[in-house]
Amino acid sequence: MMEFYLPIAELPVNIWLIVGMSAVVGFISGLFGVGGGFLITPLLIFLGIPPAVAVASVSTQIAASSLTALISHWKRRALDIKLGLLLLSGSSIGTVCGVMTFNALRRVGQLDLTIGVSYIILLGGIGLLMLYESLKAFRARRSGRPVKLSRGVNHPWYFGLPFRMRFPASGLYVSVIPLLAMALIVGFFGALLGIGGGFMIVPALIYLFRVPTMVVVGTSMFQILFSMSGATMLHATTNHSVDFVLALLLIIGGVFGAQFGARAGRHLKGEQFRLLLALIVLAVALRFLGELALKPDDVFSLTVSVNPAARAAP
Amino acid sequence: MTRTQTLLALLASLISGMGSQARAENLILSLSSNHVAITSTYIGTELVIFGVIGRDQASATRSEHYDIVVSARGPRSHMVVREKAGLGPFWVNQHEQKFLFIPATMAVVSNRPLDAITSPDMQSRYQLGLDSAIIAKDRRDERFAQALIRLKQRDRLYESLPQNVEFITPNVFKAVIPVPARAPTGLYDVEVALLSDSVRLASQSTHFEVIKIGFEQDVAEAARLHGWLYGFAALLMAGLFGWLATIIFRRD
Repeated sequence: MMEFYLPIAELPVNIWLIVGMSAVVGFISGLFGVGGGFLITPLLIFLGIPPAVAVASVSTQIAASSLTALISHWKRRALDIKLGLLLLSGSSIGTVCGVMTFNALRRVGQLDLTIGVSYIILLGGIGLLMLYESLKAFRARRSGRPVKLSRGVNHPWYFGLPFRMRFPASGLYVSVIPLLAMALIVGFFGALLGIGGGFMIVPALIYLFRVPTMVVVGTSMFQILFSMSGATMLHATTNHSVDFVLALLLIIGGVFGAQFGARAGRHLKGEQFRLLLALIVLAVALRFLGELALKPDDVFSLTVSVNPAARAAP
Repeated sequence: MTRTQTLLALLASLISGMGSQARAENLILSLSSNHVAITSTYIGTELVIFGVIGRDQASATRSEHYDIVVSARGPRSHMVVREKAGLGPFWVNQHEQKFLFIPATMAVVSNRPLDAITSPDMQSRYQLGLDSAIIAKDRRDERFAQALIRLKQRDRLYESLPQNVEFITPNVFKAVIPVPARAPTGLYDVEVALLSDSVRLASQSTHFEVIKIGFEQDVAEAARLHGWLYGFAALLMAGLFGWLATIIFRRD
């Protein structure tokens, strides 16, 4: 009934299914300041949309939903533009390296494995760390002791490396080296996994750099908006894999979901926020672990040969 | 109405062409359309082939009735089949085989099951059945070849339909060829084989094209030819909707 043929993905999809799915992911995205790419890209691939088209169109959607969230954070001055620009410069270099690695792995046929293992390590590691932290904070609060997470007096060693820079909006005085290194890693895995990398930046800024939670979300959104706009242009000009219709459906669901998410986020306490995000990240990690560790229904899989000469006529 | 007219035209051409045929039997085909148009509402379709079996005056009257097998093959590309095996706790792609010139889609339609029409040996000789999608020298490991056919069938790209050919009269048949929702654009070959008593008497081929039209064509062409403009338009749309959402939600 409500099927629409996607011009670039080359298959019909149910409009309401896509809009509904992206609304749910958009809500989570607005709530936690993550792009949501690590949730929606696997879902689209599961629906049969070619991975290249899914990744490219999701980057357009994330650009839209991060803009919406960014505007609402901007109004509350809950972002650090200086920090965002620094992260952006680091992640752009990482993105280029990630795209090259992506193409090399695809030729070898181990892309799925690499993506699976990367997700498990990244999401599992980050998720467990956050879970541990937030549970500790919960216990501390219950026993009446003050929650000491943000900005202790004893800074970690990497704050004191050369090229220290002040970030007034975040109350941060820190060497740019660890910040750039972190952004580079995020950009690399972001391009490799076809995600914005918000789920990596948010915990890293909170735990490694002690940036206040409310500033983190806006700053992450700022970085994501620009990196995903760049990714959209890159995909559109090189692979021609951005599906306008798919992106539109994802955007419609995503922007409204993100609005509700950002709203709901205001009533959430810091520890609750971190606990919930930890659980979501862990759930996705478990899903990837299951995919790798459980015996697949069919041990065989079929792909079009990536060899450039593959489309020759018989 | 149009089908009847097609039939009449076919019969007329058949009668006029009689006598000049060297072989005992021949086939005259007419496809209901020589292209499938992909529009926004496309969810797969069917094509109909009408065929007339022409018989030479001199040919012996056959006791066996005729069998028709129609094979429609989509655009070809090389495919890789990979097999996962346990490596420690994980299931990892370990073995792979490449297959050359595999049709993206394949439909084999006939008036009764292929095994009833002719023997498996003759089927492979005549290139009948889904197995004929794979060229002989690629059949090194049968497990990989079978996996390819099975995976294509699971995605409904390969179909074997032994009831889709209907004889209207003993010499006139109608075959219905499915074109799946995920059929790629390009040229599709249709081969019609006429058999009797498990022997092929004649074969004839035709083709049709799957093309995008209207909106679908415009978008696909814009994406391919004007990458920068297309990407910019996508971002503009993203920006517009992102901003619009904040406007709509501003009042409360």
